[in-house]
Amino acid sequence: MIYAFVVHIGRKAGLSDPEGTTTGKALRDLGFRGVGNVAFGRTITLEIDADSQDAARIKVDEMCQKLLANPVMEHYTIEAVS
Amino acid sequence: MTTQETPTHIQLGMTDTEYESVIDVLGREPRPAELAMYSVMWSEHCSYKSSRSHLGRFRSDQPWVVVGPGENAGVVDLGDGWLAALRIESHNHPSFVEPYQGAATGVGGILRDIFTMGARPIAVWDPLRFGPLDDARNRYLLEGVVSGIAGYGNAVGVPTLGGEVEFADRFSKNPLVNVMALGILKREQLVLSAASGKGNVAVLLGNATGRDGIGGASILASASFEEGDAEKRPSVQVGDPFEEKKLIETCLELYDRGLVIAIQDLGAAGISCATSETAGNGGMGMDVDLDAVHVREPGMTPGEVLMSESQERMLAIVSPDRLDEVLDVAMKWEIDASTIGTVTEGPELKVYAGGDLVAEVPAASLTDDAPRYERPACRPGYLDTAWARDPVIPDDIDAGGTLRVLLDDPAIGDRSWISSQYDHMLFLDTVIEPGHDGSLLRIKGTHKAMAVSTDGDSLRTYLDPRRGAARIVFESALNVAVTGARPYALVDNLNFGNPEIPGVMWQFIEVVDGMAWACEELDVPVVGGNVSFYNQTDGIDIYPAPVVGMLGFCDPMPEHPPRLDRAEEGMAIWIVGQDPQGDFAASAYDRVVNGNLGGRPLDVDGEVARRVVAGAAKLAFEVPVLHDISFGGLAVALAEIAFASGIGFAIEGVSGRDLFDETPLRFIAAARSDDLDTSVPHARVGTVGGDLLDFGQAGSMPLSEGKAIWGDALPRRMR
Amino acid sequence: MTIAVVVFPGTNCERDVTHALGLVGADAELAWHKDRDLGGASGVVLPGGFAHGDYLRTGAIARFSPIMAEVERLASEGVPIIGICNGFQILCEAGILPGALIANRDLKFICKPIHLRVESTDSVLTRAAQVGRVLRIPLNSYEGNYIATDIDTVEDAGNVILRYSDPRGTVDDRSDPNGSTNSIAGVTNENRNVAGLMPHPERAIEEILGSSDGRVLFESFVASVEAVHA
Repeated sequence: MIYAFVVHIGRKAGLSDPEGTTTGKALRDLGFRGVGNVAFGRTITLEIDADSQDAARIKVDEMCQKLLANPVMEHYTIEAVS
Repeated sequence: MTTQETPTHIQLGMTDTEYESVIDVLGREPRPAELAMYSVMWSEHCSYKSSRSHLGRFRSDQPWVVVGPGENAGVVDLGDGWLAALRIESHNHPSFVEPYQGAATGVGGILRDIFTMGARPIAVWDPLRFGPLDDARNRYLLEGVVSGIAGYGNAVGVPTLGGEVEFADRFSKNPLVNVMALGILKREQLVLSAASGKGNVAVLLGNATGRDGIGGASILASASFEEGDAEKRPSVQVGDPFEEKKLIETCLELYDRGLVIAIQDLGAAGISCATSETAGNGGMGMDVDLDAVHVREPGMTPGEVLMSESQERMLAIVSPDRLDEVLDVAMKWEIDASTIGTVTEGPELKVYAGGDLVAEVPAASLTDDAPRYERPACRPGYLDTAWARDPVIPDDIDAGGTLRVLLDDPAIGDRSWISSQYDHMLFLDTVIEPGHDGSLLRIKGTHKAMAVSTDGDSLRTYLDPRRGAARIVFESALNVAVTGARPYALVDNLNFGNPEIPGVMWQFIEVVDGMAWACEELDVPVVGGNVSFYNQTDGIDIYPAPVVGMLGFCDPMPEHPPRLDRAEEGMAIWIVGQDPQGDFAASAYDRVVNGNLGGRPLDVDGEVARRVVAGAAKLAFEVPVLHDISFGGLAVALAEIAFASGIGFAIEGVSGRDLFDETPLRFIAAARSDDLDTSVPHARVGTVGGDLLDFGQAGSMPLSEGKAIWGDALPRRMR
Repeated sequence: MTIAVVVFPGTNCERDVTHALGLVGADAELAWHKDRDLGGASGVVLPGGFAHGDYLRTGAIARFSPIMAEVERLASEGVPIIGICNGFQILCEAGILPGALIANRDLKFICKPIHLRVESTDSVLTRAAQVGRVLRIPLNSYEGNYIATDIDTVEDAGNVILRYSDPRGTVDDRSDPNGSTNSIAGVTNENRNVAGLMPHPERAIEEILGSSDGRVLFESFVASVEAVHA
């Protein structure tokens, strides 16, 4: 069975996010009001062939820890889409 | 695991004796914020407590030295009002934890050291050391570090002119990421870090302060590192080259307008270090209000604000009646600024938060009263066994077959996989780019030029720390000399293992002695340095890895400086300098072909070094091609000229053995003349031409084949 | 006759461009991105660098800087304008030039001299060159890979002025360093008064730096400015 997941990777709270800060400032400069914190991240869509969705999710989690995210500075969420 | 019972000072990496010294200085128990300050400021990284007593052997009293060690960067006089500022640093541990950000913030930090002096940073070099590339983790580290240097350096707008790279097993879990920067300024722009003038104010410029790398200096760089040791893992610092670029322009405009009395960048130990150093260096005190600091996140404790290592921040001491002008400049460049302190007569540094006094310490005590250790040193036992493993070198080495192996070695192969990721051309000063022995940078509007070479040789240094270190200095001198420059000033980055191990301390002392001696022989001042101890993972110390950054200077510069790509059909090839003396310890041949690391490297005569270096600098004005003979010997050096120039050569009468000998202080010259105008011993060995790397009876190989192997050595491993 | 060199926070080639313009006899003045008026500038250069850190998307924030309204106005009035590297990216993002620049094919920053073949002399950047001439000029970018959704329109309109090539002028995939569509390295607009290119001609302005092939492009630009100014 093929299971699809969307992995969202973002920077851990408290770490500096220059891209987010700069983009937030640009939005405010353009006149958008009420813009609070702006944070950047990455989205990765993955298809995994596995026996069950749980087994696939465990694989994806391992991929996140090993390669997709750097646990030292990034957090991630895994969302099953099919 | 840290337990409830562990005293705070131990958790912060401080010994009981050091804690008692703090009580002695203060006459009472320290407050929490004070303890945090002393723990970082008295750490190995900030205080050089294990190395300081040895570093006095480096001389820096030459008349052209304007600022010697102790300030943010060394400064030397280039004449006609021009000064150069230079500095080297390491970012080893952070680069292992997070290679991209570790390397990136290393670049950011060294640049701040340069523009803190009033100089515009004009170039960066990155000497790197990794474990062997057959390990995926090491490839990941190399890829990440190079991207981080490129990502930050290119975006901040300072060219990166290369730097060398070495691969050896003991760097696998402890890569070395050193970074050297060079800046240029006019004499009247020089700024120092000593605050003066009661009532002057301290302005914090740049990034908001967040919980970045709290305790990073003391804990990361001052203790050995075990893999997966989450307790010691601080939050990673994230670099923002855009903020740094704006900060550079802000500071340079502040200097131009004479608005800065003193300035200090914020690195390890953040605000506590910058305020105590500016105040302490000026014999003053300071009142600091942490509530005024612009912070990135709410709820930070006073200790966290004081110790934060958030990047891209500077502390400027300015006159209160010009404060508005300072803030205007910051606003123009879209830089945040907050007035956080006032210079007092001192000597106390008083820190307030929420209306409370959270720290009150003698400003100078954080630096001056730091402990100093005479760590025990003892010649390590490995030396005798290593010396006994003498290289076995046949007389009739087949040059073609051997080159096929050596050219594929990643430390010999083409390094442009790295350097082409760096912007090395910005500012239009780069006359000699990466891929040559030394970089050459012109100073526009003058006839002056500066040359730089960064060098290290950890395996040779492992086999003989004293000789190895001296030879690094001589090699870097020759590398700048072949561009036409004379060796002018040196900075060193001394990367070692755990100094509490007597064998490591012995290596360190030997290296300092060898380097100090070599510099004195060449009359080169040591204007700055950095010591990185505790490069030890899982109980294994790295090879002793001193790295030098040699600044060369010439005025005028050669009209057509020698280049590797200027060899042409019919030019005569000469070897200039020492005769080969059978120097194979830690040579490319012994390491790569024999798979051995042993024997004792050759010693060097200071008088010979002076003559050869001066001879090269003189020939650089007359000869189109000069190239230092180093790793891989004459054969590899000749091949590099052939690859760059796209033309082969024919060599006669050099034995296979001599082709791979690494006796130092020798270089190649190629020129269209019957003899060389030099008093240095030289011998003609062949002629440029054809499409072969032709070594006569020692063998040959097609130029195209050699170039393909050499060109793919690094890329094929990184694919 | 003055040429304005626009500086955004993060721009870093402004002094190099000024130096190059000086070598071909033109006066340049730096203009700050918050300026709303370029006064009497007879020509405009958007130099390279990392405006606003290249954050979000290269050129995305810079195109909203106050000065860009003025650049757009001058563009529509026929004033010669060139964008180099990041300046090219900003002109594309602002819609003044067709197309966009994305990450290089190999996802690596590329800094090295490459070869360019002149495709058209009908632009402010190439008017003094000859079609087919090969120039050796350094490239220095991470997002240098040219794409356009309407690539045929760009080609058919004759907007392509420079293509990556080998030293002999052959254009193919191997001579395309960054994956640019049809090896496009530089384009011009419909009115031929605005042009952009990824390589840095100011870095090939003196033999001591390895090449002076960039000079002809600056001479073209300055001649164009003089022609309009006169």
